[in-house]
Amino acid sequence: MTDLDTSFLQGQKHLAKRHRSESRFQWMGRMAIVVSLSFLVFMVGSIFWQGKSAVTTTEIALQINLSADVVDPNDIRGASFDRIIKATLCDTFPEATSRKEKKKLYGLLSSDAGYQLRDQILENPEMLGGTVTIWVNASDDVDIFNKGQIDRDVPQADRRLDDQQIGWIDQLSGNTAMRSVFNAKFFTNGDSREPELAGILSALVGSAMSLSICFVLSFPIGIMAAIYLEEFAPKKRWSDFIEININNLAAVPSIVFGLLGLSIFLSTFGLPRSSPLVGGMVLALMTLPTIIIASRASLRAVPPSIREAALGVGASPVQATFHHVAPLALPGMFTGAIVGMARALGDTAPLLMIGMVAFIVDVPQSILEPATALPVQIFLWADAPERAFLEKTSAAIIILLVFLVLMNIAAIILRKKYELRF
Amino acid sequence: MSKTPIITARNVDVFYAEKQALDKISLDIPENKVTSLIGPSGCGKTTFLRCINRMNDLVDICRVQGDIKIADQDIYASNVDVVALRAQVGMVFQKPNPFPKSIYENVAYGPKIHGLTSGKADMDELVEWSLRKAGLWAEVKDRLQETGTGLSGGQQQRLCIAREIAVKPRVILMDEPCSALDPIATAIIEELIDELRKNFTIIIVTHSMQQAARVSQRTAFFHMGNLVESGATKTIFTSPKDERTQNYITGRIG
Repeated sequence: MTDLDTSFLQGQKHLAKRHRSESRFQWMGRMAIVVSLSFLVFMVGSIFWQGKSAVTTTEIALQINLSADVVDPNDIRGASFDRIIKATLCDTFPEATSRKEKKKLYGLLSSDAGYQLRDQILENPEMLGGTVTIWVNASDDVDIFNKGQIDRDVPQADRRLDDQQIGWIDQLSGNTAMRSVFNAKFFTNGDSREPELAGILSALVGSAMSLSICFVLSFPIGIMAAIYLEEFAPKKRWSDFIEININNLAAVPSIVFGLLGLSIFLSTFGLPRSSPLVGGMVLALMTLPTIIIASRASLRAVPPSIREAALGVGASPVQATFHHVAPLALPGMFTGAIVGMARALGDTAPLLMIGMVAFIVDVPQSILEPATALPVQIFLWADAPERAFLEKTSAAIIILLVFLVLMNIAAIILRKKYELRF
Repeated sequence: MSKTPIITARNVDVFYAEKQALDKISLDIPENKVTSLIGPSGCGKTTFLRCINRMNDLVDICRVQGDIKIADQDIYASNVDVVALRAQVGMVFQKPNPFPKSIYENVAYGPKIHGLTSGKADMDELVEWSLRKAGLWAEVKDRLQETGTGLSGGQQQRLCIAREIAVKPRVILMDEPCSALDPIATAIIEELIDELRKNFTIIIVTHSMQQAARVSQRTAFFHMGNLVESGATKTIFTSPKDERTQNYITGRIG
C-alpha cells in the first residue's frame, strides 16, 4: 500500500512540451486572424474614407437678373441660359476681363449650370421678372477644393485651380454663396463625363436587370439539373464525366464565359450588344455550375431515410423527390443561388466582353437597351482621369459592398430559418 | 400448411456487383401470420426483405435473380409497376423516419398519392382509423397538426406503421422496427404487431431471438446468404434440425 505507483504523474516534461506546442499553434491561428482582419479593416476603411465625401456636393449661388428682356416669359426655352450664367458670373467678378480669365471664371461652375437654371425656371416660372438667387452645381474642381482635396500650399502650376480661381472661391464662400448639400444626383443620374453630374442609377438598374435575368435563367435550370443528376441519373461513367465537367466549369475564369457570350449570344444569335439580357445570360452561364453544385450538396444532405419512407408507402421516385426531398433541400439551393448571384453581381470581366462597358448616360428602360453594371461603372470611373471621380469610385464600391452584404445576410437568414436538422 | 402462401420465393439469388449476398433462397410466407427472419449480421435477411418490395431497385449495383411471387403474381415481371407493388407491400424501417410534416400529413400522404379517399371527411376517417390501428390515436388526437418528428421514438415508429397501414397493403415488411427503441416502446410495438396480423401479413427482421419467439408464428433462419431452416417458430426454437440454427439460438454464433 505504501509504494503507490505514481509513475503516471511523471510525464510532466513531455506534458509541458505538449502544452507549449498547443499554445504556439493557437497563437499562430490568432495571428493569422488578426492579420487577415486588419487587411479587411484597412480595405473597407480606406474605401469608406475616400467615398464618404461623395455624399455631398458643392453648389454656388448666383444672383441672376431674369427680367423680361433676358428671358421671354412666353418663350422660356428660347433663352440662352448659358449666356445668362456667364454674364452673371462676369457681373459678380468684374475683375475677370481677358478671355483667359473669363474662361477660368466659367470653369468654376458645372457645364450643366445653364440647364439647371432653365429647369428651375420651368419649375417655378413665377421667378421670372426680377432678380433671384439660384443655386447651381459647382464644377468638380471647386467641389473637391471645397472638400479639402486640393492643397492651396502646392505651387500654382501643380494644382487644378490657380490663385485667382481660389481667390474667387474664397470670395464666394465668404459671401455664403457656396454651400455643401446632399448629393442626390449621385443616386438619380446616369453616368456623365462631368464628375459632379455622374450618378450610379443607370449602373444600378443595369445590374438589377442583369441579375434578374441571371436568376430567372440559372435558378430553375440549375436546380432541375441538380435534381436530375442527384436523384435520377444512373451513376454510370458518363454521369461522373458530367460531374467533373460541372466542377471544372465552376472554376473557369469568368472572362472565358464573356468570350463565349460574345461569340454565341452576340455573333451567332445576334442579340443586342451591351444589353442586360445578354449580360444576364452570360452571368447565368457563370452562376449555373455554382447553383448545381450547391443544390446537389443540399440534396445529398437530405437523409436517405426520407426517400425510403416515401418510396415505402408507394410514392414514385418523382413524387418522393418533389414531395419530400426537394422541399427539404430548397433552402440550401436558395443559399447556393444567392452566393452565386453575389459573385455574379461583383463580376466585371464577362460584361466587358459583351460590351456592357459602354458609356451609358440614360437609365435603361428595357432589357434590350444598352446598359452598364455596377462593377463596370466602378472600373470606368477608376479609369477616368478627373480627380473627382476618385470619391465616386469609392462610393460606388460602397454601394456594391452594401448589396453584397445584404445578399449574404439574406442567404444566412434563409439558411437559419428554414434549414431542417435531423 | 393449410392455406396457400401469399408470398412464394423460389431460388432467389442477389448480387451486389460481384458479391453474392443471397444464394438460392426458397421460402413461403403464409397470409395473416407474422414471419420473422433471424440470423447473424450480414446474413442477408434484410436483403431478402428488401427484395419483396423491390427496394433493392434503388441500389444501382444490386441484381436479383429467381422468382418472387405475391398472390401468384411475379413481382419482377416486366409489366409490374413498382409503385403499385409498394402500395401492396409496405415497409417499416429500422430507424423511425416520419416525414418532417404534421402527424396528419404523415398518415394522409400515402392515401393521397394513391387516391384512396374521396374528400376531406373520408381522409379524416382513414387517418383516424390508421392511427387507432397503430395504437397512437389516443396520444396524438389533439395534436394532429404538430410535426411528426416531435414525437418520441416509439411514437414515431407507430406513426410510421400508421402511415403504412393507411395505404391498406397486404404485406408489411418490418426491418428491425424496435432496434432503436427502449423496452417499453418495444413491448407496445410487439403487441401492435400481434394485433395487426389479423389484417396484414407481416414479415419482420429482428436480431432479438426473444422478439422472434414472442411475435412470430413462422421463423426463417438465415446464415451467410443461405436460408438454413424455416418452419413454425415453436419448432425452430425448441427442436431445430440444423446444427447452425441450434448454435445461433443458443448464442454460440452470431
